[in-house]
Amino acid sequence: MTHNMTLNRRDFLKITGVGAAAVLTGCATLPGASAARSHVVVVGAGFGGATCAKYLRQWGPNIDVTLIEPNDKFVSCPISNWVLGGLRSMDDITHGYDNLSRRGIKMVKDYVTGVDTAKRVVTTRGGATISYDRLVLSPGIEILTDTVRGFKEAEAAGKVVHAWKAGPQTALLRKQLEAMPDGGTFVMSVPTAPYRCPPGPYERACMVAHYFKQAKPRSKIILLDGNPDIASKKALFTDAWNTFYPGMIDYRPNNAPLAVDGNRMVVTTEFDEVKGDVLNVVPRQRAGEVCALAGARNDSAGNWCTVNLATFESTTVPNVHIIGDSILAALPKSGHMATNHAKVCASAIVELLAGRQPDPTPVIANTCYSATSDTTSGYVANVYRYEAGKGYVSQPEGGATPKGSELIFKYNASWAENIWAEMLG
Amino acid sequence: MNKKTTLALAGFFGLALSGIAGAADVHTRLISSTCMSCHGPGGKSLGAIPSIAGLDKDYFVKSMRDFKAGTRAATIMKRHASGYTDAEFEAMAAYFASLK
Repeated sequence: MTHNMTLNRRDFLKITGVGAAAVLTGCATLPGASAARSHVVVVGAGFGGATCAKYLRQWGPNIDVTLIEPNDKFVSCPISNWVLGGLRSMDDITHGYDNLSRRGIKMVKDYVTGVDTAKRVVTTRGGATISYDRLVLSPGIEILTDTVRGFKEAEAAGKVVHAWKAGPQTALLRKQLEAMPDGGTFVMSVPTAPYRCPPGPYERACMVAHYFKQAKPRSKIILLDGNPDIASKKALFTDAWNTFYPGMIDYRPNNAPLAVDGNRMVVTTEFDEVKGDVLNVVPRQRAGEVCALAGARNDSAGNWCTVNLATFESTTVPNVHIIGDSILAALPKSGHMATNHAKVCASAIVELLAGRQPDPTPVIANTCYSATSDTTSGYVANVYRYEAGKGYVSQPEGGATPKGSELIFKYNASWAENIWAEMLG
Repeated sequence: MNKKTTLALAGFFGLALSGIAGAADVHTRLISSTCMSCHGPGGKSLGAIPSIAGLDKDYFVKSMRDFKAGTRAATIMKRHASGYTDAEFEAMAAYFASLK
């Protein structure tokens, strides 16, 4: 591992600021002039981190990649609502990391507890100290459980979950729905934007409604939305709720939850106490904790990370890149976007470590499918072209379909299989 | 590092030409890789979404132009195709034609 192989802006200025003889010396040690290897550490093996690690290896043969992830397996948030609807099992959305190891990525099952950005070292709970030339943080979201009074206690008691990170809470929520009597009420809250997966809550309402329609047709769903309106694919979801689940979904905008009581099974908003048999409260979110450890959770409220969107390098912490849901940008927080942040970031890191100029005008796309029943889905798709000084500019003709279809459902299912293979294959 | 600094340094070391040639390649590599999030690794789909690996270059370009113009029926491809230039269609087509 060689730290001097990393060229950053300061190095450039240093080199360009001195005399010709020194420049020649500098030139001789330029990356690319030798076969010296660099080391990139990636934290978090979700859509962003796994994809970034894969492409760093693919595009940067002289780059060693270490991927730090506390979980044994990847559990996909996209399609996790289908588990709640009974369309898929937990096994279907759970995938191993074996192929990443086969690609030469060093997998470290651990949790990062410290980042020294001056020394370029991360430390882990397991006691490891790992140096990096560049660090990529892809931790996903931290759920702000303190923002809903009583949530932590209800969550610890296993009574109320957010299930906004796919895994044990997804399985528990499915069990709670299965145990609910016919004629019961499912209460779900939608966090105020920005949050992970803007259409996710409304897809979840569709999937739970689909399950109720099959198994518990007298049941109701109350959707307490912290936002003033349906935040994504409004036409699609409104059409689906009216067509497939008439009278079942009671949608209440501007109803952020203030408190939840897991004993009385009540969600309190500014207006009401809403009683339910199953409560699914999704609190507000911010960038994953490791971003704070690196000093990169640097927006004005200290919640999200601002990055140079052509490289995904932090605007304030050199050699630290942040991708996925943790960044602040006019881009939707989706798994699909995270894979494309990862590709831009990997490409930029490969070029920077080799002393070349990264693509100054990256173009990325979002494709986001949502199921509205067990046979229909809709989508939103946009292409974003980076322009210096503007960030990613949404290109013409992007947007959402107003109505779902069976063909789109087939593509939705195929998308999941393909993107899992793309990131983990 | 900002763009201006890099260009200044590249020019200083006489690397400008290789830098510009390289930029075109990394752009093609990047935009092609983003297709794979839906169409599968290497452009080989596992299911209902069509594979695009090994497609004839001219067919690829015509398809993207037709999606963009709306003359070929599609679910999401008009929305994607509309975001790219003709030059990018050509570059992506050559890239995927080269994949087996």
